[in-house]
Amino acid sequence: MNAVEVRNLWMSFAGKNAPVHVLEDVNAEVARGEFVCIVGPSGCGKSTLLNIIGGFLHGTGGEVLVEGVPVTGPDPRRIFVFQENGVFPWLNVRENIGFGLRGKAPAEKERTVRHYTEMVGLTGFETAYPAELSGGMRQRVEIARALAANPDIIYMDEPFGALDFITRLKMRADLVRIWERERKTILFVTHDIEEAVQLADRVLIMSRRPATIQEVIDIDLPRPRDLDSQGYLEKRDRIFAAMGMSLGVG
Amino acid sequence: MSSLGETSHAEVAMPDVARKGRPAAPQGKGVDWLGLALPCGVCALFLLVWDLAVRFSGSDLFPKPVEVARGIVELIEHGLLVKYVVASLFRVSWGFALATVVGVPVGLVLGWYGRAAQAFNPLIQIFRPISPIAWIPVAILWFGVSDAAPVFLIFLASVFPITVSSMAAVRNMQPVYVRAAQNFGLSEWELFRQVIFRACLPQIITGLRIALGVAWLVVVAAEMIAVNSGLGYLIIDARNAGKRYDLVVAGMLMIGLIGLGLDFLVRKLENFDEVRWGYANRS
Repeated sequence: MNAVEVRNLWMSFAGKNAPVHVLEDVNAEVARGEFVCIVGPSGCGKSTLLNIIGGFLHGTGGEVLVEGVPVTGPDPRRIFVFQENGVFPWLNVRENIGFGLRGKAPAEKERTVRHYTEMVGLTGFETAYPAELSGGMRQRVEIARALAANPDIIYMDEPFGALDFITRLKMRADLVRIWERERKTILFVTHDIEEAVQLADRVLIMSRRPATIQEVIDIDLPRPRDLDSQGYLEKRDRIFAAMGMSLGVG
Repeated sequence: MSSLGETSHAEVAMPDVARKGRPAAPQGKGVDWLGLALPCGVCALFLLVWDLAVRFSGSDLFPKPVEVARGIVELIEHGLLVKYVVASLFRVSWGFALATVVGVPVGLVLGWYGRAAQAFNPLIQIFRPISPIAWIPVAILWFGVSDAAPVFLIFLASVFPITVSSMAAVRNMQPVYVRAAQNFGLSEWELFRQVIFRACLPQIITGLRIALGVAWLVVVAAEMIAVNSGLGYLIIDARNAGKRYDLVVAGMLMIGLIGLGLDFLVRKLENFDEVRWGYANRS
Protein backbone atom coordinates (compact mmCIF):
# COMPACT_ATOMS: atom_id res chain seq x y z
CA MET A 1 0.00 0.00 0.00
CA ASN A 2 1.17 3.51 -0.75
CA ALA A 3 1.83 5.92 2.09
CA VAL A 4 0.04 8.71 0.24
CA GLU A 5 -2.31 8.51 -2.68
CA VAL A 6 -3.88 11.53 -4.36
CA ARG A 7 -6.82 10.66 -6.58
CA ASN A 8 -8.41 13.07 -9.08
CA LEU A 9 -7.92 16.02 -6.74
CA TRP A 10 -9.52 19.32 -7.72
CA MET A 11 -9.30 22.56 -5.81
CA SER A 12 -10.72 26.00 -6.42
CA PHE A 13 -10.97 29.06 -4.21
CA ALA A 14 -13.71 31.66 -4.34
CA GLY A 15 -12.14 34.60 -6.19
CA LYS A 16 -13.30 38.23 -6.39
CA ASN A 17 -15.30 37.70 -9.56
CA ALA A 18 -14.89 34.12 -10.71
CA PRO A 19 -13.62 31.11 -8.76
CA VAL A 20 -9.86 30.54 -9.01
CA HIS A 21 -9.01 27.04 -10.14
CA VAL A 22 -5.81 25.96 -8.46
CA LEU A 23 -5.63 22.19 -8.87
CA GLU A 24 -7.09 20.30 -11.78
CA ASP A 25 -7.24 16.54 -11.56
CA VAL A 26 -4.02 15.91 -9.62
CA ASN A 27 -2.98 12.29 -9.25
CA ALA A 28 0.09 11.19 -7.31
CA GLU A 29 1.46 8.37 -5.24
CA VAL A 30 4.14 8.28 -2.59
CA ALA A 31 5.54 4.92 -1.43
CA ARG A 32 6.43 4.19 2.18
CA GLY A 33 9.88 5.45 3.07
CA GLU A 34 10.15 7.40 -0.13
CA PHE A 35 11.50 10.95 -0.40
CA VAL A 36 9.37 12.80 -2.95
CA CYS A 37 9.78 16.43 -3.99
CA ILE A 38 7.08 18.50 -5.63
CA VAL A 39 8.41 21.32 -7.79
CA GLY A 40 6.62 23.83 -9.92
CA PRO A 41 6.49 27.51 -10.85
CA SER A 42 5.71 29.85 -7.96
CA GLY A 43 2.03 30.26 -7.28
CA CYS A 44 1.16 27.02 -9.07
CA GLY A 45 -0.54 25.47 -6.06
CA LYS A 46 2.24 23.27 -4.65
CA SER A 47 1.61 24.50 -1.13
CA THR A 48 -2.12 24.15 -1.59
CA LEU A 49 -1.65 20.55 -2.63
CA LEU A 50 0.54 19.80 0.38
CA ASN A 51 -1.91 21.52 2.71
CA ILE A 52 -4.73 19.37 1.37
CA ILE A 53 -2.63 16.23 1.80
CA GLY A 54 -1.77 17.41 5.33
CA GLY A 55 -5.45 17.85 6.15
CA PHE A 56 -5.36 21.63 6.67
CA LEU A 57 -7.41 22.34 3.55
CA HIS A 58 -10.11 20.34 1.83
CA GLY A 59 -10.18 19.77 -1.89
CA THR A 60 -13.28 20.62 -3.90
CA GLY A 61 -13.16 17.25 -5.64
CA GLY A 62 -11.36 13.93 -5.50
CA GLU A 63 -9.67 12.49 -2.43
CA VAL A 64 -6.41 11.98 -0.58
CA LEU A 65 -5.69 8.63 1.04
CA VAL A 66 -2.98 8.08 3.64
CA GLU A 67 -2.34 4.40 4.33
CA GLY A 68 -5.56 3.75 2.42
CA VAL A 69 -7.69 5.96 4.69
CA PRO A 70 -9.22 9.24 3.43
CA VAL A 71 -7.70 12.32 5.07
CA THR A 72 -10.20 14.40 7.03
CA GLY A 73 -7.87 16.63 9.05
CA PRO A 74 -4.37 16.98 10.48
CA ASP A 75 -3.05 13.93 12.32
CA PRO A 76 -0.09 13.51 14.72
CA ARG A 77 1.07 10.51 12.67
CA ARG A 78 2.08 12.89 9.89
CA ILE A 79 3.74 16.12 10.88
CA PHE A 80 3.90 19.27 8.81
CA VAL A 81 7.00 21.48 8.72
CA PHE A 82 5.87 24.96 7.81
CA GLN A 83 7.33 27.46 5.40
CA GLU A 84 6.86 30.29 7.90
CA ASN A 85 8.35 28.28 10.79
CA GLY A 86 5.88 26.91 13.28
CA VAL A 87 8.26 26.70 16.25
CA PHE A 88 6.56 28.17 19.33
CA PRO A 89 8.42 31.33 20.38
CA TRP A 90 7.25 31.05 24.01
CA LEU A 91 8.94 27.67 24.49
CA ASN A 92 12.66 27.05 24.54
CA VAL A 93 14.40 24.57 22.25
CA ARG A 94 13.95 21.61 24.59
CA GLU A 95 10.27 22.35 25.22
CA ASN A 96 9.60 22.82 21.51
CA ILE A 97 11.23 19.55 20.53
CA GLY A 98 9.32 17.74 23.26
CA PHE A 99 5.98 19.30 22.30
CA GLY A 100 4.72 16.24 20.44
CA LEU A 101 5.61 13.97 23.38
CA ARG A 102 2.83 14.97 25.76
CA GLY A 103 1.72 11.99 27.77
CA LYS A 104 5.03 10.15 27.46
CA ALA A 105 6.94 9.13 30.58
CA PRO A 106 9.36 11.90 31.63
CA ALA A 107 12.46 9.69 31.28
CA GLU A 108 11.51 8.54 27.79
CA LYS A 109 10.58 12.06 26.81
CA GLU A 110 13.93 13.38 28.00
CA ARG A 111 15.80 10.66 26.15
CA THR A 112 13.92 11.32 22.90
CA VAL A 113 14.39 15.07 23.13
CA ARG A 114 18.11 14.68 23.80
CA HIS A 115 18.45 12.26 20.88
CA TYR A 116 16.84 14.55 18.33
CA THR A 117 18.45 17.68 19.72
CA GLU A 118 21.77 16.02 19.02
CA MET A 119 20.66 14.75 15.61
CA VAL A 120 19.88 18.26 14.35
CA GLY A 121 23.02 19.67 15.95
CA LEU A 122 21.45 21.85 18.64
CA THR A 123 23.13 20.32 21.68
CA GLY A 124 24.09 23.20 23.95
CA PHE A 125 21.13 25.32 22.82
CA GLU A 126 18.45 23.44 24.79
CA THR A 127 17.43 26.39 26.93
CA ALA A 128 17.64 29.01 24.17
CA TYR A 129 14.44 30.60 22.94
CA PRO A 130 13.66 30.73 19.21
CA ALA A 131 14.14 34.51 19.11
CA GLU A 132 17.78 33.95 20.10
CA LEU A 133 18.38 31.52 17.23
CA SER A 134 19.12 32.05 13.56
CA GLY A 135 16.60 31.10 10.88
CA GLY A 136 18.47 27.89 10.09
CA MET A 137 18.54 26.84 13.72
CA ARG A 138 14.83 27.52 14.08
CA GLN A 139 14.15 25.22 11.13
CA ARG A 140 16.33 22.58 12.81
CA VAL A 141 14.16 22.89 15.92
CA GLU A 142 11.03 22.39 13.85
CA ILE A 143 12.49 19.36 12.08
CA ALA A 144 13.57 17.87 15.41
CA ARG A 145 10.10 18.51 16.84
CA ALA A 146 8.58 16.67 13.88
CA LEU A 147 10.99 13.72 14.18
CA ALA A 148 10.58 13.45 17.96
CA ALA A 149 6.85 12.89 17.56
CA ASN A 150 7.79 9.77 15.56
CA PRO A 151 5.38 10.30 12.66
CA ASP A 152 5.08 7.96 9.67
CA ILE A 153 5.23 10.84 7.22
CA ILE A 154 6.75 14.32 7.31
CA TYR A 155 5.36 17.01 5.03
CA MET A 156 7.74 19.88 4.36
CA ASP A 157 6.53 23.08 2.71
CA GLU A 158 9.58 24.96 1.39
CA PRO A 159 11.23 24.63 4.80
CA PHE A 160 14.52 26.15 3.67
CA GLY A 161 13.00 28.87 1.48
CA ALA A 162 13.83 31.73 3.85
CA LEU A 163 17.44 30.67 4.50
CA ASP A 164 20.59 31.97 2.90
CA PHE A 165 22.33 29.89 0.25
CA ILE A 166 25.08 28.35 2.36
CA THR A 167 22.76 27.48 5.22
CA ARG A 168 20.34 25.97 2.73
CA LEU A 169 23.03 23.68 1.29
CA LYS A 170 24.00 22.54 4.75
CA MET A 171 20.40 21.95 5.81
CA ARG A 172 19.81 19.80 2.71
CA ALA A 173 22.85 17.66 3.39
CA ASP A 174 21.77 17.22 7.00
CA LEU A 175 18.21 16.39 6.00
CA VAL A 176 19.42 13.65 3.65
CA ARG A 177 21.59 12.14 6.38
CA ILE A 178 18.75 12.27 8.90
CA TRP A 179 16.34 10.75 6.39
CA GLU A 180 18.76 7.91 5.66
CA ARG A 181 18.81 7.12 9.36
CA GLU A 182 15.10 7.52 10.08
CA ARG A 183 13.61 6.38 6.75
CA LYS A 184 10.45 8.40 7.21
CA THR A 185 8.29 9.06 4.19
CA ILE A 186 8.96 12.67 3.23
CA LEU A 187 6.90 14.81 0.90
CA PHE A 188 8.80 18.01 0.25
CA VAL A 189 7.55 21.05 -1.66
CA THR A 190 10.08 23.42 -3.21
CA HIS A 191 10.43 25.84 -6.10
CA ASP A 192 14.16 25.09 -6.19
CA ILE A 193 15.04 22.49 -8.85
CA GLU A 194 18.57 21.93 -7.52
CA GLU A 195 17.12 21.24 -4.10
CA ALA A 196 14.71 18.68 -5.53
CA VAL A 197 17.40 16.82 -7.47
CA GLN A 198 19.68 16.81 -4.44
CA LEU A 199 17.06 15.41 -2.07
CA ALA A 200 14.44 13.31 -3.80
CA ASP A 201 13.93 9.74 -4.95
CA ARG A 202 11.29 11.09 -7.27
CA VAL A 203 10.37 14.58 -8.41
CA LEU A 204 6.80 15.49 -9.29
CA ILE A 205 6.70 18.47 -11.64
CA MET A 206 3.59 20.59 -11.48
CA SER A 207 2.33 22.71 -14.34
CA ARG A 208 1.17 26.28 -14.16
CA ARG A 209 -2.23 27.06 -12.65
CA PRO A 210 -4.66 25.34 -12.83
CA ALA A 211 -2.00 22.82 -11.94
CA THR A 212 -1.71 19.14 -12.52
CA ILE A 213 1.23 16.73 -12.30
CA GLN A 214 2.98 17.33 -15.58
CA GLU A 215 5.81 14.87 -15.31
CA VAL A 216 7.40 12.51 -12.81
CA ILE A 217 11.16 12.11 -12.86
CA ASP A 218 13.00 9.35 -10.98
CA ILE A 219 16.28 10.44 -9.46
CA ASP A 220 18.13 7.14 -9.17
CA LEU A 221 21.44 8.65 -8.10
CA PRO A 222 23.40 7.36 -5.11
CA ARG A 223 23.62 9.54 -2.01
CA PRO A 224 25.36 11.69 -1.00
CA ARG A 225 25.00 13.22 -4.40
CA ASP A 226 27.82 14.79 -6.32
CA LEU A 227 26.48 18.07 -7.61
CA ASP A 228 29.01 18.07 -10.51
CA SER A 229 28.37 14.53 -11.73
CA GLN A 230 27.01 13.91 -15.19
CA GLY A 231 23.98 12.08 -13.84
CA TYR A 232 23.04 14.95 -11.53
CA LEU A 233 23.31 17.57 -14.24
CA GLU A 234 21.26 15.49 -16.65
CA LYS A 235 18.40 15.12 -14.17
CA ARG A 236 18.54 18.78 -13.32
CA ASP A 237 18.43 19.82 -16.97
CA ARG A 238 15.51 17.50 -17.66
CA ILE A 239 13.48 19.17 -14.94
CA PHE A 240 14.55 22.60 -16.17
CA ALA A 241 13.40 21.65 -19.65
CA ALA A 242 10.11 20.29 -18.39
CA MET A 243 9.41 23.43 -16.36
CA GLY A 244 10.77 25.73 -19.04
CA MET A 245 8.29 24.38 -21.51
CA SER A 246 5.46 24.84 -19.10
CA LEU A 247 6.57 28.45 -18.56
CA GLY A 248 7.03 29.04 -22.28
CA VAL A 249 10.64 30.19 -21.96
CA GLY A 250 12.39 26.96 -23.07
CA MET B 1 27.76 9.74 12.91
CA SER B 2 30.49 12.32 13.04
CA SER B 3 29.51 15.89 12.32
CA LEU B 4 25.86 15.22 11.75
CA GLY B 5 24.02 18.51 11.78
CA GLU B 6 26.81 20.47 13.35
CA THR B 7 25.96 24.08 13.91
CA SER B 8 28.46 26.75 13.06
CA HIS B 9 28.76 29.84 15.21
CA ALA B 10 27.93 32.03 12.26
CA GLU B 11 24.43 30.63 12.39
CA VAL B 12 23.82 31.95 15.89
CA ALA B 13 21.92 35.19 15.78
CA MET B 14 23.36 37.83 18.04
CA PRO B 15 20.62 39.62 19.91
CA ASP B 16 22.96 42.33 21.17
CA VAL B 17 23.80 43.36 17.65
CA ALA B 18 20.18 43.22 16.59
CA ARG B 19 19.18 45.58 19.38
CA LYS B 20 21.74 48.21 18.56
CA GLY B 21 20.42 51.51 17.39
CA ARG B 22 17.51 51.50 19.79
CA PRO B 23 17.56 54.96 21.34
CA ALA B 24 17.72 55.58 25.08
CA ALA B 25 18.68 51.99 25.84
CA PRO B 26 21.87 51.31 27.73
CA GLN B 27 24.44 49.74 25.45
CA GLY B 28 26.30 46.89 26.99
CA LYS B 29 27.34 47.01 30.64
CA GLY B 30 27.57 49.87 33.08
CA VAL B 31 25.15 52.58 34.11
CA ASP B 32 23.61 54.81 31.47
CA TRP B 33 24.30 58.10 33.30
CA LEU B 34 22.90 60.34 30.59
CA GLY B 35 19.73 58.26 30.50
CA LEU B 36 19.30 58.99 34.21
CA ALA B 37 20.42 62.61 34.12
CA LEU B 38 18.03 63.70 31.36
CA PRO B 39 14.72 62.87 33.06
CA CYS B 40 16.05 64.11 36.43
CA GLY B 41 17.04 67.37 34.80
CA VAL B 42 13.62 67.83 33.23
CA CYS B 43 11.92 67.13 36.59
CA ALA B 44 14.19 69.63 38.35
CA LEU B 45 13.42 72.23 35.71
CA PHE B 46 9.70 71.57 36.13
CA LEU B 47 9.94 72.12 39.91
CA LEU B 48 11.87 75.33 39.35
CA VAL B 49 9.29 76.70 36.89
CA TRP B 50 6.51 75.71 39.25
CA ASP B 51 8.19 77.45 42.18
CA LEU B 52 8.86 80.63 40.22
CA ALA B 53 5.35 80.67 38.76
CA VAL B 54 3.80 80.54 42.25
CA ARG B 55 6.16 83.28 43.55
CA PHE B 56 5.47 85.64 40.66
CA SER B 57 1.71 85.13 40.67
CA GLY B 58 1.64 85.91 44.39
CA SER B 59 -0.94 83.19 44.99
CA ASP B 60 -1.36 82.41 48.67
CA LEU B 61 -3.51 79.29 48.05
CA PHE B 62 -1.54 77.32 45.50
CA PRO B 63 1.48 75.69 47.18
CA LYS B 64 5.13 75.86 46.21
CA PRO B 65 6.99 72.55 45.78
CA VAL B 66 8.58 72.92 49.23
CA GLU B 67 5.19 73.28 50.85
CA VAL B 68 3.96 70.17 49.09
CA ALA B 69 7.00 68.28 50.37
CA ARG B 70 6.18 69.51 53.88
CA GLY B 71 2.61 68.35 53.33
CA ILE B 72 3.80 64.87 52.42
CA VAL B 73 5.96 64.75 55.55
CA GLU B 74 2.95 65.82 57.61
CA LEU B 75 0.86 63.04 56.09
CA ILE B 76 3.55 60.50 56.87
CA GLU B 77 3.82 61.71 60.45
CA HIS B 78 0.10 61.27 60.96
CA GLY B 79 0.27 57.79 59.41
CA LEU B 80 -2.25 58.88 56.80
CA LEU B 81 -0.13 58.53 53.68
CA VAL B 82 0.47 54.80 54.03
CA LYS B 83 -3.11 54.25 55.12
CA TYR B 84 -4.55 56.08 52.12
CA VAL B 85 -2.16 54.56 49.61
CA VAL B 86 -2.93 51.08 50.91
CA ALA B 87 -6.67 51.80 50.75
CA SER B 88 -6.45 52.93 47.14
CA LEU B 89 -4.19 50.06 46.09
CA PHE B 90 -6.48 47.58 47.82
CA ARG B 91 -9.45 48.72 45.74
CA VAL B 92 -7.48 48.77 42.53
CA SER B 93 -6.08 45.30 43.18
CA TRP B 94 -9.49 43.77 43.67
CA GLY B 95 -11.20 45.51 40.79
CA PHE B 96 -8.31 44.90 38.44
CA ALA B 97 -7.88 41.25 39.46
CA LEU B 98 -11.58 40.59 38.90
CA ALA B 99 -11.40 42.31 35.52
CA THR B 100 -8.39 40.20 34.52
CA VAL B 101 -10.01 36.95 35.61
CA VAL B 102 -13.14 37.80 33.62
CA GLY B 103 -11.70 39.79 30.71
CA VAL B 104 -8.85 37.55 29.54
CA PRO B 105 -10.82 34.29 29.15
CA VAL B 106 -13.85 36.09 27.69
CA GLY B 107 -11.63 37.96 25.24
CA LEU B 108 -9.81 34.81 24.15
CA VAL B 109 -13.06 32.91 23.62
CA LEU B 110 -14.65 35.77 21.69
CA GLY B 111 -11.52 36.14 19.59
CA TRP B 112 -11.43 32.45 18.75
CA TYR B 113 -15.14 31.78 18.09
CA GLY B 114 -16.33 34.19 15.40
CA ARG B 115 -19.99 33.54 16.15
CA ALA B 116 -19.58 34.37 19.83
CA ALA B 117 -17.92 37.64 18.86
CA GLN B 118 -20.75 38.42 16.45
CA ALA B 119 -23.25 37.83 19.23
CA PHE B 120 -21.58 39.76 22.05
CA ASN B 121 -19.51 42.44 20.36
CA PRO B 122 -22.33 44.99 19.83
CA LEU B 123 -23.24 44.84 23.50
CA ILE B 124 -19.59 45.25 24.52
CA GLN B 125 -19.18 48.20 22.18
CA ILE B 126 -22.26 49.89 23.69
CA PHE B 127 -21.04 49.47 27.27
CA ARG B 128 -17.44 50.34 26.51
CA PRO B 129 -17.77 54.10 25.86
CA ILE B 130 -19.80 54.70 29.04
CA SER B 131 -17.39 56.40 31.43
CA PRO B 132 -17.02 54.62 34.77
CA ILE B 133 -17.78 58.02 36.33
CA ALA B 134 -21.27 57.76 34.85
CA TRP B 135 -21.72 54.52 36.77
CA ILE B 136 -21.05 56.16 40.16
CA PRO B 137 -24.72 56.78 41.02
CA VAL B 138 -25.55 53.21 40.03
CA ALA B 139 -22.63 51.86 42.06
CA ILE B 140 -23.80 53.75 45.14
CA LEU B 141 -27.34 52.47 44.60
CA TRP B 142 -26.20 48.87 44.35
CA PHE B 143 -23.33 48.76 46.81
CA GLY B 144 -23.86 51.72 49.10
CA VAL B 145 -20.92 53.67 50.51
CA SER B 146 -18.58 50.72 50.87
CA ASP B 147 -15.41 49.37 49.32
CA ALA B 148 -17.51 47.34 46.92
CA ALA B 149 -18.61 50.46 45.00
CA PRO B 150 -15.13 51.62 43.91
CA VAL B 151 -14.09 48.01 43.30
CA PHE B 152 -17.07 47.64 40.99
CA LEU B 153 -16.18 50.87 39.18
CA ILE B 154 -12.57 49.78 38.71
CA PHE B 155 -13.75 46.42 37.45
CA LEU B 156 -15.98 48.14 34.88
CA ALA B 157 -13.23 50.51 33.79
CA SER B 158 -10.62 47.83 33.22
CA VAL B 159 -12.65 44.84 32.06
CA PHE B 160 -13.39 46.34 28.63
CA PRO B 161 -9.85 47.21 27.58
CA ILE B 162 -8.69 43.79 28.82
CA THR B 163 -11.42 41.94 26.93
CA VAL B 164 -10.98 43.90 23.74
CA SER B 165 -7.19 43.58 23.69
CA SER B 166 -7.34 39.83 24.39
CA MET B 167 -9.84 39.47 21.58
CA ALA B 168 -7.62 41.43 19.20
CA ALA B 169 -4.63 39.35 20.27
CA VAL B 170 -6.33 36.14 19.11
CA ARG B 171 -7.31 37.76 15.82
CA ASN B 172 -3.74 38.91 15.18
CA MET B 173 -2.16 35.61 16.17
CA GLN B 174 0.04 33.87 13.60
CA PRO B 175 -2.16 31.08 12.24
CA VAL B 176 0.89 28.81 11.87
CA TYR B 177 1.03 28.21 15.65
CA VAL B 178 -2.53 26.95 15.72
CA ARG B 179 -1.97 24.74 12.69
CA ALA B 180 1.20 23.28 14.21
CA ALA B 181 -0.66 22.61 17.45
CA GLN B 182 -3.61 21.00 15.66
CA ASN B 183 -1.13 18.82 13.83
CA PHE B 184 0.05 17.43 17.18
CA GLY B 185 -3.52 16.49 18.04
CA LEU B 186 -4.21 18.91 20.90
CA SER B 187 -7.67 18.97 22.41
CA GLU B 188 -9.64 22.23 22.38
CA TRP B 189 -8.71 22.93 26.02
CA GLU B 190 -5.02 22.17 25.45
CA LEU B 191 -5.07 24.36 22.37
CA PHE B 192 -6.41 27.28 24.42
CA ARG B 193 -4.11 26.82 27.38
CA GLN B 194 -0.89 25.79 25.65
CA VAL B 195 -1.06 27.69 22.38
CA ILE B 196 -3.68 30.42 22.02
CA PHE B 197 -3.13 31.86 25.52
CA ARG B 198 0.66 31.63 25.22
CA ALA B 199 0.72 33.12 21.72
CA CYS B 200 -1.48 36.02 22.85
CA LEU B 201 0.24 36.67 26.18
CA PRO B 202 2.50 39.51 25.00
CA GLN B 203 -0.49 41.43 23.66
CA ILE B 204 -2.58 40.54 26.70
CA ILE B 205 0.08 42.06 28.95
CA THR B 206 0.05 45.23 26.87
CA GLY B 207 -3.72 45.32 27.35
CA LEU B 208 -3.32 44.81 31.10
CA ARG B 209 -0.91 47.72 31.23
CA ILE B 210 -3.40 50.05 29.58
CA ALA B 211 -6.20 48.75 31.77
CA LEU B 212 -4.21 49.23 34.98
CA GLY B 213 -3.60 52.85 34.00
CA VAL B 214 -7.35 53.34 33.52
CA ALA B 215 -8.09 51.55 36.80
CA TRP B 216 -5.79 53.86 38.71
CA LEU B 217 -7.47 56.90 37.13
CA VAL B 218 -10.85 55.61 38.20
CA VAL B 219 -10.06 54.66 41.81
CA VAL B 220 -9.18 58.26 42.55
CA ALA B 221 -12.37 59.54 40.94
CA ALA B 222 -14.44 56.94 42.76
CA GLU B 223 -12.91 57.80 46.14
CA MET B 224 -13.84 61.43 45.71
CA ILE B 225 -17.48 60.52 46.06
CA ALA B 226 -18.15 57.21 47.68
CA VAL B 227 -15.73 56.51 50.53
CA ASN B 228 -13.75 58.05 53.38
CA SER B 229 -10.22 56.82 52.76
CA GLY B 230 -7.79 56.68 49.88
CA LEU B 231 -5.92 59.25 47.85
CA GLY B 232 -9.03 60.53 46.07
CA TYR B 233 -10.68 61.09 49.45
CA LEU B 234 -7.53 62.87 50.68
CA ILE B 235 -7.75 65.40 47.87
CA ILE B 236 -11.43 66.24 48.38
CA ASP B 237 -11.10 66.22 52.17
CA ALA B 238 -8.02 68.48 52.15
CA ARG B 239 -9.84 71.02 50.04
CA ASN B 240 -13.07 70.92 52.02
CA ALA B 241 -11.41 70.99 55.43
CA GLY B 242 -9.61 74.34 55.29
CA LYS B 243 -8.40 74.69 51.71
CA ARG B 244 -5.21 72.73 52.37
CA TYR B 245 -3.96 72.91 48.79
CA ASP B 246 -0.53 71.68 49.85
CA LEU B 247 -2.21 68.37 50.75
CA VAL B 248 -4.30 68.44 47.57
CA VAL B 249 -1.17 68.66 45.44
CA ALA B 250 0.61 66.14 47.68
CA GLY B 251 -2.23 63.70 46.96
CA MET B 252 -1.96 64.40 43.23
CA LEU B 253 1.76 63.83 43.33
CA MET B 254 1.35 60.51 45.12
CA ILE B 255 -1.22 59.40 42.54
CA GLY B 256 1.23 60.18 39.77
CA LEU B 257 4.16 58.45 41.45
CA ILE B 258 2.19 55.30 42.25
CA GLY B 259 0.80 55.21 38.70
CA LEU B 260 4.38 55.34 37.45
CA GLY B 261 5.32 52.52 39.83
CA LEU B 262 2.40 50.33 38.70
CA ASP B 263 3.29 50.81 35.06
CA PHE B 264 6.91 49.95 35.85
CA LEU B 265 5.79 46.70 37.50
CA VAL B 266 3.69 45.61 34.52
CA ARG B 267 6.54 46.52 32.21
CA LYS B 268 8.72 44.13 34.19
CA LEU B 269 6.40 41.34 33.06
CA GLU B 270 7.39 42.05 29.47
CA ASN B 271 10.95 40.95 30.18
CA PHE B 272 10.13 37.30 30.82
CA ASP B 273 11.45 34.93 28.16
CA GLU B 274 7.97 33.52 27.61
CA VAL B 275 6.68 36.83 26.28
CA ARG B 276 9.71 38.87 25.27
CA TRP B 277 9.56 37.50 21.70
CA GLY B 278 6.28 39.36 21.26
CA TYR B 279 7.92 42.76 21.67
CA ALA B 280 11.04 42.14 19.59
CA ASN B 281 9.90 44.26 16.66
CA ARG B 282 9.52 47.34 18.81
CA SER B 283 13.13 48.42 18.62
